[in-house]
Amino acid sequence: MEKSINIKVKVWRQAGPKVKGMFETYELNNISTDASFLEMIDILNEKLVQEHKEPIAFDHDCREGICGMCSLYINGHPHGPDQAITTCQLHMRKFHDGETITIEPWRSRAFPVIKDLIVDRNAYDKIMQAGGYVNVNTGGIPDANAIPIPKPVADEAMDAASCIGCGACAAACKNGSAMLFVAAKVSQLALLPQGKIEKAARAKAMVAKMDELGFGNCTNTGACEAECPKSVSITHIARLNREYIGAKFKD
Amino acid sequence: MWLINSSIGRKFVMSITGIALVLFLLFHGTMNFVAILSPESYNAICHFLGANWYALVGTVGLALLVVLHFTFAFILTWQNYKARGRDRYDVASSRGEVSFASKNMFVLGVIIIGFMLLHLYNFWFKMQFVEIAHKMGGDIGDLSLATDGAYYISVLFANPVYCVIYLIWLGAIWYHLTHGVWSALHTLGLNNKIWFGRIKCIGNIVATLVVLLFVAVVLHFGGQAIMNGTTDYVW
Repeated sequence: MEKSINIKVKVWRQAGPKVKGMFETYELNNISTDASFLEMIDILNEKLVQEHKEPIAFDHDCREGICGMCSLYINGHPHGPDQAITTCQLHMRKFHDGETITIEPWRSRAFPVIKDLIVDRNAYDKIMQAGGYVNVNTGGIPDANAIPIPKPVADEAMDAASCIGCGACAAACKNGSAMLFVAAKVSQLALLPQGKIEKAARAKAMVAKMDELGFGNCTNTGACEAECPKSVSITHIARLNREYIGAKFKD
Repeated sequence: MWLINSSIGRKFVMSITGIALVLFLLFHGTMNFVAILSPESYNAICHFLGANWYALVGTVGLALLVVLHFTFAFILTWQNYKARGRDRYDVASSRGEVSFASKNMFVLGVIIIGFMLLHLYNFWFKMQFVEIAHKMGGDIGDLSLATDGAYYISVLFANPVYCVIYLIWLGAIWYHLTHGVWSALHTLGLNNKIWFGRIKCIGNIVATLVVLLFVAVVLHFGGQAIMNGTTDYVW
C-alpha cells in the first residue's frame, strides 16, 4: 500500500578532499514509501538542480545489491538501519513521517572523502592487488567432480566470496579495521585447491598491505558482521589469523 | 619483528598475555578460596609464596605480562582511534550483536589496573614486599604478619567500603573477561562456525568462575564481619 511521508535529510556536504565539510539539512515532502533510498536522493538532487544548487554526490551503480558501489552511513549504520542489505536495497518504508535522516560518508582514515558522500575506496583495490588472486591461469570451468571439493568447504568458500568489497566493515568498525574484508578474500581462495598453494604468501602480503594503508587493529567487536550487507561471518577472521600466524611461525 | 609491526602480531601478543593473565587469575582465585575453607592452609600458601626465588620469578613474570598487555593495549587503542579518521561520525549507533564489553575493553582495562594498584598496596606491599625489604636489610612493615594473609583479608573486608570497591573491581574484570577470553582464542585462530557459540560460552563460564571465586572471599569475610558486628573502617 503506497503511502507518502515528509522527511528532513541531514547530509554531509564537502566540496573536495581538502575542503572542510559540514552538514546541511533539506526538507523533502511527499516521498513515497515505495521509493528506494537512492531514489529519494535522486528526487532531492533533482530539486537541488531546479533550485540551481549543487546536487549531492554519492556512489551508486547496479542498484540491485551486487556491485558494492553504494555506500552511505545512514542514521548511524552503514547501508542504513536494515540488516543484510546494501543502501540501494533500502526503502523509504523503513523511515517514518517527520523523521530527520542523517546521511554521512564512510569515515575512515583509509577512505578519504572525495566529495560529499563519495569516498576513495582504492585502499581495498590495493589490498587485492597485493595478493587477492591466483598467480597461474586455472583455465575454464572444470568438469563437475574433476577436482572433488567437500560440500561444506565449497559452501564456506562461497560464503566468503559473497563479499562485495563495499567497505561497510571498515566503516562500521570502531577501530577502522578492514579485517573482515581481507579475511573474506583470503578465506575464499585459501579454502579451494586452486588458491591453497599460495595461501601463506597471500595472507602475509594482504595483511601487510592492509596495515600499511592505515587500517586499524581488529578487536573482535563483531560490528562488521552485524553491518555487512552480505552477512560475511567473522569466523573468516579467525581463519585469517590462523593462516597468518601459522605462516609467520613457519618463517 | 611481526609481533610488533603487524596488526595480527600485536593482537597475538594481547591474546597470549591475556590468556596467561586469566590462567593466573584462576590460580589466584582458587588460592584465595582456600582462605574460606581454612585460614591456616591459606597462610601456608602465603608462606610458600613469600620471598622465595620461584615466587619472585613468578612476580616479575606477572609484572612483565601486565606491562606488555597494557602497553600493547595503549598502542592498539591509539592506532585504532587514529584509523577512524579525523572527522568522526555524527550519529553512531551499534547493533545488539556488539557487546558492551567489546567496545570498552580499554576503559575496563584502565579501571582494572587502577584498582589493581590499590590491591597491591592492600596486600602485596604488606606481605611479599615486606619480606623482600627485610631480606635486603630494610625495616618496613611488620614481618610477623607478612605471611598472615588470612589476617589481612579479614581486616580489609571488615571495612564495608573496601567490600564495595572490590566488588566494583570484580565487576569490571568480569566484563573485561566476557569479551577477552573468547576474543583471545579467536585472535589465535582457534575458532570456526561450529565453535563460535561454544567458545563464547566457554569464555563466559571462565569469566564467571574467576570472578565468583574472588567474590566468594569478599562476601564471606565481609559478611562475617557484619554478622559478628566487627565491621571496622581500617584503611
